[in-house]
Amino acid sequence: MVSVLAVDLPYWAQSLLRVLGGLVAVLLPAGTIVYVFLFKMMSFMQSRLGPMEAGPYGSMQLFAEVGKWLQKEDIYPERADKFIFKLAPLIVLASTFLLVVVVPFGPDAWFTNFEAGIFYALAVSSVSVLGILIAGWASANKYSLLGGLRAAGQLIAYELPMVLAVIGVVIQAGSMNLQDIVLAQNAGSIFGWDGLGNPYVLTQFVGFVIFMIAVQAELTQAPFDMPIAESELVSGYMTEYSGFRFLIFFIGEFATAGVFAMIASILFLGGWGVPFAWFGWTDMDSVDNWMNIVGPLILFTKMMLVVFVVMWVRFSYPRFREDQLQRFAWKVLIPISLVNIMVTAILKVAF
Amino acid sequence: MPKIPGLFKGLGVTLGTMSRTVTEGANTVQYPHEKETPPIRARGVIALHEGNCTSCMLCARSCPDWCIYIEGHKELAPPRRAGGKPRQVNKLDRFDIDYALCMYCGICVEVCPFDALFWSPEYEYSEPRIADLLHDKAKLGEWMQTVPEAPELEAGADKKGKK
Amino acid sequence: MTMLTDRQQLSYIAAQAADARVNLELETEGMTLNIGPQHPATHGTLRIIARLDGEQVVWAEPSCGYMHRGYEKLTEVRTFPQVTALVNRIDWLGSFANEVPFILAAEKLMGIEAPARAQHIRTILFELSRIANVSLFLGDLGVQLGAITPVFMAFRDREYVLNLIEGATGGRFHPNFDRIGGLKDDLPAGWIDETRNVMKKLRRFCDEIEDLLFGNEIFQSRTRGIGVIPRDVAMQYGLSGANLRASGVDWDLRRDQSLPMAWNKADWKVWTHNDGDSFARCWVRLQEVRESTKIVDQLIETIPAGPVMTKVPRIIKVPEGEAWVATENPLGEMGYYVVSKGDLGPFRVKIRSASFNNMSITPWLLKGVYVPDIITILASLYFILGDIDR
Repeated sequence: MVSVLAVDLPYWAQSLLRVLGGLVAVLLPAGTIVYVFLFKMMSFMQSRLGPMEAGPYGSMQLFAEVGKWLQKEDIYPERADKFIFKLAPLIVLASTFLLVVVVPFGPDAWFTNFEAGIFYALAVSSVSVLGILIAGWASANKYSLLGGLRAAGQLIAYELPMVLAVIGVVIQAGSMNLQDIVLAQNAGSIFGWDGLGNPYVLTQFVGFVIFMIAVQAELTQAPFDMPIAESELVSGYMTEYSGFRFLIFFIGEFATAGVFAMIASILFLGGWGVPFAWFGWTDMDSVDNWMNIVGPLILFTKMMLVVFVVMWVRFSYPRFREDQLQRFAWKVLIPISLVNIMVTAILKVAF
Repeated sequence: MPKIPGLFKGLGVTLGTMSRTVTEGANTVQYPHEKETPPIRARGVIALHEGNCTSCMLCARSCPDWCIYIEGHKELAPPRRAGGKPRQVNKLDRFDIDYALCMYCGICVEVCPFDALFWSPEYEYSEPRIADLLHDKAKLGEWMQTVPEAPELEAGADKKGKK
Repeated sequence: MTMLTDRQQLSYIAAQAADARVNLELETEGMTLNIGPQHPATHGTLRIIARLDGEQVVWAEPSCGYMHRGYEKLTEVRTFPQVTALVNRIDWLGSFANEVPFILAAEKLMGIEAPARAQHIRTILFELSRIANVSLFLGDLGVQLGAITPVFMAFRDREYVLNLIEGATGGRFHPNFDRIGGLKDDLPAGWIDETRNVMKKLRRFCDEIEDLLFGNEIFQSRTRGIGVIPRDVAMQYGLSGANLRASGVDWDLRRDQSLPMAWNKADWKVWTHNDGDSFARCWVRLQEVRESTKIVDQLIETIPAGPVMTKVPRIIKVPEGEAWVATENPLGEMGYYVVSKGDLGPFRVKIRSASFNNMSITPWLLKGVYVPDIITILASLYFILGDIDR
């Protein structure tokens, strides 16, 4: 990471900053999403005010919840496979951290600049499937088992539309590097007019919709929350977890939502940047240094917009049944995304 | 105008509710900072007017849960006019209502022939110990201060309201 | 086609027997899942023992009785006013409706009728409890299917109805307002205007639920064609209420019986649906709530003036005899068979509750459905555990 402060930091300091930055990049969006959307937006949609007692307007509720979960007793079922039972939440959280490593926050503010950035991101997001599966199997509980099995089928099925939707973006940008994709969007132009850059949400609208649906399914949010299915399976694969382990699942769920939203805004909404034409920049090196501070804020705002839509749909719709889910993924989403790829490829060659 | 698919109408409803909550306020009340007043007839707690009670035991007998405990004794009171006989009156020793058993059905209040029991809308009398939910004569007498006037009746009603 | 030789047949049978033995030991053939008695989906402590093959139900049986409170035994040692207070708690969501058939049976034994004003107000409160009960069903339907928002809207708008009932009777959930010979008290001033406003709010709530839930394509794909009950099967199993009307049977005790209540003084229609699936049951209940608001609107304009209680002795002794009265309660058909021996209280009361019979169809209905559909079907049949177990 090129130092933005024009001070040469030793390697260990850079690594420490990377680690802390990773933690912040994962936990801050998770906390904000939980407070703004889960506590407040859901309550407003239900004609109530949400938590108001802890802190002004309930802002400290998050810390109260964390404290509450931390001080609970660590119990696990007697017949559960202890090692795997304890390992499962960590796998889910690990995949989120692995995912955030490749997200660029500014022209020079990134953790690693992979050439195959988006490829790595999609591959690593499937690691959480493992965690959910073994959580379902390792709790000696028939309800968790049902939840885990449903999760396996659903998450694997919805990875395909996600990957195929992204291919259109990659074709259009010409690279899998996330920084290059941001550059292509902000420095690009639509038929010669560069007032808005070239956000791929306009040209890849079908891909955007498919990606959002696939993200909703990957996060097991309603209408795709069969694995959790509160009214049938109590909590699905999370039923037997309590205390700190449940907290890890909880944080993992919302952190993954934040990170996926960040990736969605990078791929389709222009990421951390504004159209370069507004400031007269031409390529990555000409971008001013203050963009390293403002860039993360812009990315954060775009992430909140994307999560708003995800949560809005979550609070409004009932859930699909498992076979309807699968039918939707295999028979509807995948063919449409394949057609999208073909059309993008043809148009890319033509223009 | 083409029909809006139901999915989007549903989103519209939730968004509308959210904006209504933001502009007009929620439908909830932030208890204990603000409290809603219950209606006049709300059955909160039973109050005892000791002067009227003759320990006839009708209320204790008619309670479905048998949660009223009454003890009384007879004693001689001075005659009403000079030169008369001393009268025998019932004196109330103990009148307890066990609110841990009470069903709040109101049969005791209705059945009392001397109008000694009244309903009051007070509801905040929960105790940490169950034994404290047995309200004795003195406490029931205190509740009398919270008893409201009977409401006016709707048009077409036969007689003036009795509680 | 060649016949199997004896040797081949024997080895085939031996293999099957070995398989069966393995299945018995490891129980690999199906998973027995206990849904309940503590479960978010069942309306109370209902236990459904289901044998699953993957996600499909092979065999299911409900096991009720976890909430049995011994009502019929309790009524043997209590007087009529005390039984009225107890009976509120059978179907606790629409509780005024539980008192009415019991009081009507007692009045039938005594040979008296409540004055016209009392009959009118009884009908209004009956319909209000129907609205309270079924609007909770509409919200609960959302939660069972995964939509978490409708239930808050249902509770919010149900509060208005409960405030109305509290203003008139003093109790939100357990009014205990009906008496032999009439009602306990008259309505307080301002109640009729309040009711008019609340009915408007409830109609708006029904429209909102229709947009949010019923019009939703996901909801429709979850409920259409699930749990189809044909007409004759519904009648054989003794279903009642909206379950029966959703299978195409035009049967409503409010219209078909002549009880001393005021339903024939309002202009309303009975809603039926021909499909008999879960969507039909939910839809019929939604229309019933709307129809109830119309009934209440009409009835509150025409309450006759007069007393609210006939002349009855202070201590009521119901003469000897037996009487059966059934009414169209929110959950279905609820009836009381009251046997009196001339005492202060009944000798024996038999309570025919709607949910017990409604639930009897679950073993037949749940064969071959998926696990999520169990929840949909139970939600659409709509029973209250207090009603099943008494």
